[in-house]
Amino acid sequence: MKKWFEPLSTAWVGVRTHKLRSSLTMLGIVIGVAAVISLMSIGKGATADILSRIGSMGSDLVTISPGARTWGGVKSAGGSATTLTMEDAEAIVEQVPYISAVAPSYSSNLQLVVGGENMNAQVTGVPPDYQYIQNLEIASGAFFTEYDYQRGTKVAVLGSNVKETLFGDADPVGQQMRMGSIIVRVIGVLESKEGMFGSADDGILIPLTALQQTVAQPRTAQGERVVSSIALTVSDEEQADYVVEEITSLLRTRHQLGPLDDDDFSIMSMEEIAEAVSEAAGTMTLLLGAIAAISLLVGGIGVMNIMLVSVLERTREIGIRKALGARERDIWSQFLIEAAFLTFAGGIIGVILGWAIAFVVNRTGLMTTVVTADIVILAVSVSVGIGLFFGFYPARQASRLNPIEALRSE
Amino acid sequence: MIRLHDITKVYPMGKRELTVLNRINIHIERGEIVAIMGPSGSGKTTLLNLIGCLDKPTSGSYYLEEREVSRLSSGELAKIRAHKVGFVFQTFNLLPRLSALANVELGMRYAGGVDRQRVMEALTKVGLSDRASHRPTELSGGEQQRVAIARALAKNPPLILADEPTGNLDSRSGEEIISMLTTLHSEQSITLVMVTHDANIAHHCQRIIHLKDGQVEAEETI
Repeated sequence: MKKWFEPLSTAWVGVRTHKLRSSLTMLGIVIGVAAVISLMSIGKGATADILSRIGSMGSDLVTISPGARTWGGVKSAGGSATTLTMEDAEAIVEQVPYISAVAPSYSSNLQLVVGGENMNAQVTGVPPDYQYIQNLEIASGAFFTEYDYQRGTKVAVLGSNVKETLFGDADPVGQQMRMGSIIVRVIGVLESKEGMFGSADDGILIPLTALQQTVAQPRTAQGERVVSSIALTVSDEEQADYVVEEITSLLRTRHQLGPLDDDDFSIMSMEEIAEAVSEAAGTMTLLLGAIAAISLLVGGIGVMNIMLVSVLERTREIGIRKALGARERDIWSQFLIEAAFLTFAGGIIGVILGWAIAFVVNRTGLMTTVVTADIVILAVSVSVGIGLFFGFYPARQASRLNPIEALRSE
Repeated sequence: MIRLHDITKVYPMGKRELTVLNRINIHIERGEIVAIMGPSGSGKTTLLNLIGCLDKPTSGSYYLEEREVSRLSSGELAKIRAHKVGFVFQTFNLLPRLSALANVELGMRYAGGVDRQRVMEALTKVGLSDRASHRPTELSGGEQQRVAIARALAKNPPLILADEPTGNLDSRSGEEIISMLTTLHSEQSITLVMVTHDANIAHHCQRIIHLKDGQVEAEETI
């Protein structure tokens, strides 16, 4: 037998000969590791979920809303202020670099009537670029074109929920509906996005020029046409921060704000939101992991407890081994390897169990879970580390026993 | 082989001190077979433990194969036990959960590694090759002691120390064990030191050292 193999086989014999005790010791670690894996997989799954939703909205998206931003990034009465205008949007296109498209939009709540069905919905007038800027997918029909926009054609693209309410399962493309004081023709339906921030599913998009025919777009004191928001995409995501800065200074100048005035608009870039969200989600994941790690710690104390009992019970064995010439190091490594072996095996079983839990949770559809290699490696190495840490003291106790006294013990 | 010079061993007993061995001088030549006799409490086992490097003397010097070992570290003493000394105990001291074979292997384990062939040879020598897979609890007392002898022999040490090897055995198996030890001694020129109560057994040896109250009371050569 090879030399390195002997301590391992000794440890294995030690584990095997005390099956019940060994499995109870392992159980603590198994539960701890399984808890860490499954909770962290839920945390990671939630993060991935949120990020993919943000990604679906376009990570190059920057949205400018009227109204000041209060501390902590919470918008106060966003959209109700009338500080943002079409002319602002035009100035941004002309003066700020790294912008690929700009879409000012104006929203209004209008009553929609189709046959016997009617509902109130938010109708947003936008230019055709809006589809590209917001990453909108068409489920059926088409989005309106530049030609429609120029001519103010009365056509509408429905959010999926609006379509559901007004038309049920029927195909709405080509149908007419009343919107406020005008009749529009439905030309398309949007793919549902399950978005989080003001979902497009519940709204209707029409050319801004068409909306202006039924709703009077207010004007500011300077005579500029007010918009509800301006969406734009940056051509280079690396430059998102620079673009935000440039827009801020441009709008401050245009709105004639003094150096002490707060911004009367707020800009949020998806890049920034994605970062903030993933940071928050990462913190949550860590917190979940930390809570689970407590059970791992308790498991570790269990290991120490069992190892101490084991040393006591095997005092005579230790005496015999010492009489046969075992050095302190031999005894010490024997018990340490045994502890590490137990926790390693417990860690592996825990990973399998945690993985299974994560899989089942994922299958139920309640939560998305993601098990990543780093969690698995972390959990297994932490459990071995726990074995070494909590096995160290009992192992040292064992190695320091006086051989004569150890031999005399019963 | 063994030279003890003014060996004294004192154990602290609470506040008082108990002198177990008092200025012992003993020489044992290589290949000798020696019995240590004496009443309970005379220090026989302590002396044997000192010779076997399980313990260190309080004062005095001990030369084992011309090497002064009484001041060595516990690690170095362990090394000497591993390579030079085979112990045979009154209570056998086998590991109950291991087979006879694994117990004998354990004897070689700390002496540089297990050699399966030599383990089997040792078991054959004590007549237990057919019981290698049995656990100690499945063996009789005499058989258990023979496993213990095989364990001591497997690493081929120059010195074998037996502490009342027949103390837990009936007289018939006791005699078997003694004749086995003396045979091994004559075949392999092993130095054998044996603690015993039994004068009959002691008379199988070449020399008897009588201890009393921690001192050598008499030595007789047979």
